[in-house]
Amino acid sequence: MISTKLYIPGDSAAVSVGADEVASEIAKLAEAKGIQIEIIRNGTRGALWLEPLVEVQVGEERIGYGPVNVEDVAGLFEAQFLNGAPHKLGINNVDELPWLAKQDRVTFRRVGIIDPLSMIDYEAHGGLIGLRRALKLSGAEIVAEVLESGLRGRGGAGFPAGVKWKTVLDTQSDIKYLCCNADEGDSGTFADRILMEGDPFTLIEGMVIAAIAVGASQGIVYIRSEYPAAIAKLSAAIAIAYEHGLLGENVIGSNFEFNLKVRAGAGSYVCGEETAMLESIEGKRGVVRSKPPLPAITGLFGKPTLINNVLTFSSVPAIISEGASSYKSRGVSRSLGTQVFQLGGNVKSGGIVETGFGITLGELVSGYGEGTLTGKPVKAVQIGGPLGAYFSTKSYDLSMDYESLLAAGGMLGHGGVVIFDTAVDLAVQAKFAMEFCAIESCGKCTPCRLGSTRGAETIQEIIDGQNVAGNKKLLLDLCEVMSDSSLCAMGGLTPMPVKSAMSNFPEDFENRLAAKV
Amino acid sequence: MTHATWSKSAGLAVLELLRDEPGPVLISLQALQAEFGYIPAEAVAVVANFFNVSRADVHGVLTYYEDLRSTPPLSNEIQICVAEACQAVGSRNLERTVKSEYGEQVRDIFCFGNCALGPAVMVNGTLIGRATLAKIATAIK
Repeated sequence: MISTKLYIPGDSAAVSVGADEVASEIAKLAEAKGIQIEIIRNGTRGALWLEPLVEVQVGEERIGYGPVNVEDVAGLFEAQFLNGAPHKLGINNVDELPWLAKQDRVTFRRVGIIDPLSMIDYEAHGGLIGLRRALKLSGAEIVAEVLESGLRGRGGAGFPAGVKWKTVLDTQSDIKYLCCNADEGDSGTFADRILMEGDPFTLIEGMVIAAIAVGASQGIVYIRSEYPAAIAKLSAAIAIAYEHGLLGENVIGSNFEFNLKVRAGAGSYVCGEETAMLESIEGKRGVVRSKPPLPAITGLFGKPTLINNVLTFSSVPAIISEGASSYKSRGVSRSLGTQVFQLGGNVKSGGIVETGFGITLGELVSGYGEGTLTGKPVKAVQIGGPLGAYFSTKSYDLSMDYESLLAAGGMLGHGGVVIFDTAVDLAVQAKFAMEFCAIESCGKCTPCRLGSTRGAETIQEIIDGQNVAGNKKLLLDLCEVMSDSSLCAMGGLTPMPVKSAMSNFPEDFENRLAAKV
Repeated sequence: MTHATWSKSAGLAVLELLRDEPGPVLISLQALQAEFGYIPAEAVAVVANFFNVSRADVHGVLTYYEDLRSTPPLSNEIQICVAEACQAVGSRNLERTVKSEYGEQVRDIFCFGNCALGPAVMVNGTLIGRATLAKIATAIK
């Protein structure tokens, strides 16, 4: 008897809304009915509002049902869902779901499609082509290809990846390191996690290619401890990669050696800043270092170190396998390729939207997001994490790329887009930005360490209606000091959500007492 | 989750496995916490002596990182995300309710990466999306 193949995500977002229970209920009922099935725990497709999304392989198509609760399972069997039959939760061929079909999945091309730990699946879906090609190229040729692609650091700073790679390549040293920053601490961002859980071999392949390019022999992936499932999945994938000869002394039979391991964080937001991350990997307190020297020259344990974000490394296999020109044919001006946007917060249809740079904010929020979960109007959108700016719906025409966001007083950051409905009070959000900075500051720079606490107090006074005009002036002055005299983005960018809230939502900072009466 | 009982010899056995690790302080404290549930005061000097670093260095790391604890774990650990994306779907209200119900067992966290299915809460290592007080209560049982 032929067994039916089902895909039920093992991704922690899907599991958090019951995917494990649904999978075991389906297995139980199938056994009771004597039906042969095979359940594959794939990553999530990224359409998170449909989770748990159950997919049934029917011929060449994967027919989806979601969101499925345990109570729905018996009804699905009655409706003959294993044949792809219609059901009220049915969404037909998942690949044709408009929300997914209109995206341009490059970095995320395999996420949700394959069994994350199957090397056979990985190769069947285009994996390892980039690495095999890289092994035939010189380091300089790989770096040139990355430079040509226009790839910029996806962690938030947007620095051209090829320039950084070239610096490490050109620095002579007995040992060089590769560090992958998987300390995805920004609220509203989850792409690194979903990729590591759903297609970890892509990250590994990207890192091996980078290691070949710059001549590094040791790699570390620093993953935040809040992501236990990603730590487990990537660790398992690394062990499998060693078994298949992708890592170790002779990478795919070549003379190139590269070793990779995972280090877990310990609950510190600022360790997502690259130099604080290096300190943490060295086992110390996560205190930011002064730059220069650049980590590319003097990094981990004082050696040249290539540091990139998960999405940056994971974009590399596609760039090397298909060539720089294919990658840079996407995007706009100096923001080339695709960006993995993440829609979160108070959103109806949230999840992963990978598309070329230049999509508008409105297309993301209203088009993909379909507005708020609560059904109330959208009031504010925070782009780029806790240090990113708050925009109003007046900015829906904003092009989502590095330069346009910068010009609008914001930043792209790690591509997180958090939606708020009309219940949000932007003065309270501004105060939270300062409080968050006070909690998470490493304490090295005074404006960040102390200014954040003073900032929160000042905003509270504005909320309480005390000396509003004077306090607003004081707050802007404080923001300027923090921006100009903090070493890293923690203190340097905390003013961004504060100032953008003040300028885009001035009404929330005026007449607070009058409004309450 | 059951943990071993701390003793100096048991602690040294954990550290022995990490002898050749570069930059060993943080990972050794993480390993001790995984084994014993927390890092007893006595362990600070043990780690310092074993790796030939100062006790101040070890103490500094121990007190810097939110995850590391110097007191035994509570019977339940409820971590509630209070970062922006979860705030947007009412995590502040949920936080108040959960804290009045479970008191000191509740800890604020910034982001589990479940931002499209918030509020996100983790109960004893299990992540809950679209969290409610009822779902948390079920997870605790």
